Amino acid sequence: MGDLKNRFGPGLSTIFLILVLFWLAVMVLAPNLMMIDYALRPNLPPAALGGPDDTYTLSNILYLAGEPTHRAIFFKTIWASGLVAAVTFAVCYPIAFWMAQRATTGQLAIALMLIIIPFFINEVLRTLAWFIILAYRGPLNAVLMNIGLIEAPIRWQGNGGVLAAMVYAYILFMLLPIYNAIESLEKAQIEAARDLGASRWRIHTRVVIPHAKAGIATGFVFTFMLAAGSYVAPALLGSPGSRWFTEIIYNWFFEGGDWNRGAAYALVLLVLCLAVVLVTLRLFRVNLTDVAK
Amino acid sequence: MRAERIFNAMFWLYLVVFAAYLFTPLIIMGAASFNESRFPTVIPWQGTTTEWFAAMWADAAMWQSLWTSVLVAVCVVVIVVPVGTAAALVLTSLHARARSFAYAVMVSPLLTPGVVIGISTLILWRQMGVGGGVFLIVLAQSTFIICYVMLMVMARLQRFDRTQEEAALGLGASRVMVFRRVTLPFLRPALVASAGLAVLQSIENYNTTLFVRGFETPLTVFIATKVRTGLTPAVNALALIIIVATVIGAIAYEVARRRRAA
Repeated sequence: MGDLKNRFGPGLSTIFLILVLFWLAVMVLAPNLMMIDYALRPNLPPAALGGPDDTYTLSNILYLAGEPTHRAIFFKTIWASGLVAAVTFAVCYPIAFWMAQRATTGQLAIALMLIIIPFFINEVLRTLAWFIILAYRGPLNAVLMNIGLIEAPIRWQGNGGVLAAMVYAYILFMLLPIYNAIESLEKAQIEAARDLGASRWRIHTRVVIPHAKAGIATGFVFTFMLAAGSYVAPALLGSPGSRWFTEIIYNWFFEGGDWNRGAAYALVLLVLCLAVVLVTLRLFRVNLTDVAK
Repeated sequence: MRAERIFNAMFWLYLVVFAAYLFTPLIIMGAASFNESRFPTVIPWQGTTTEWFAAMWADAAMWQSLWTSVLVAVCVVVIVVPVGTAAALVLTSLHARARSFAYAVMVSPLLTPGVVIGISTLILWRQMGVGGGVFLIVLAQSTFIICYVMLMVMARLQRFDRTQEEAALGLGASRVMVFRRVTLPFLRPALVASAGLAVLQSIENYNTTLFVRGFETPLTVFIATKVRTGLTPAVNALALIIIVATVIGAIAYEVARRRRAA
């Protein structure tokens, strides 16, 4: 703090501190505390607020544990988000490796541009694009039927559609950190491994992936979190059988009219995401400073 | 060597499939806005038309939602650029231990799901009698967009030579003047870039906005509602225009950046 004052004088440092404290206190901390407060209180009619029933209770969170449909959707959202991260990794790893180690400068510039362009386009529009492709009478079914792979149109909407659109939406969040990590690997290390007789598979599992583990962990964390917290892809591309946890939270707020329960569900989602972030970082021994770049 | 050649061929095939995966959806979505078919598709092609662009242009609700999004984006930039810059400056003047704790707190909005930011903002302000609307959209979006500004300004600060500030002080400049004439001009490129990023983040946001929008309908909500209630190629026409605008904007920004660097 003394350093700040030394550098910018008392007036400016006070302004800076007020701005930052306003952000952290009013926009970050207070909303979260109020959400926790809501989550731990029962949903009461206005007349009963402050009355004997207005006490802290775990009932909203226990409700999630006891309601079989919601519980199933919660666990499904977790493993499906993990699956999205794993598929995104599989799709991205080879191209990240190629860009970082094999591509010429020109190829790299083109590849980076081509990959970044779709991500300047907003998530709702990207989901809309998949909505059109995957429509029952849409282009994908028409092409597959024309080449004779399928005889009748397939309903892609549901789990498959959500997976395709989410992987599509989060490619960049996986690709860039892995690319950055592999780029710092010396080519000589790969050559040395090859000269010593390592197979292609072994070079990747024993040299490249260990070197890139921080980047891979970052990619996983972001993709998982974005997938678990996504609303637009499941809402537009899902089917009644593929409901996402965020959709249930939304319903508590705007259809069920039980904000306390909605807050409890949102809190569970938040805790889940933070837990995944912290555990992954611990496992891969990555610093938070390396993640948010 | 033959195995090597097969492997290379397979790899190039993968690159082609990857590029197709990236671009086919966007191309089909754009192309469908020129098809006469009432549902946006490219098969069957029922004739080329520009009527959907006219239909979109005549849609008053679309203009209303565009106006809402622009208004929100402008307010967001006004908040996030000063606060994000202040956060970067405060963070870089902290000592090692306090710094890593403060850093974790300050990037936490990036690690919070967007829906949770929207929900917690909505709940807090309802307690104070403020309902969803432009004000809450601006506040909720700023909560995490500030982080991006902070990170971009911090990246630029790392290359800042603090002796410049000391030199200015030594030559008799006041501390406010040093900030205005030395630090701020140095940060300018990062501030411009982060303002651009903030506009983009704000206009494209959906997850957070959905919960705090009240009765407002920003552009992303407008499009998502159309998809569910009655999608016509007019929405594709809008999408195509947004895409062309963003791509041109991105290229212009990149060209300007390279010219500056060169």
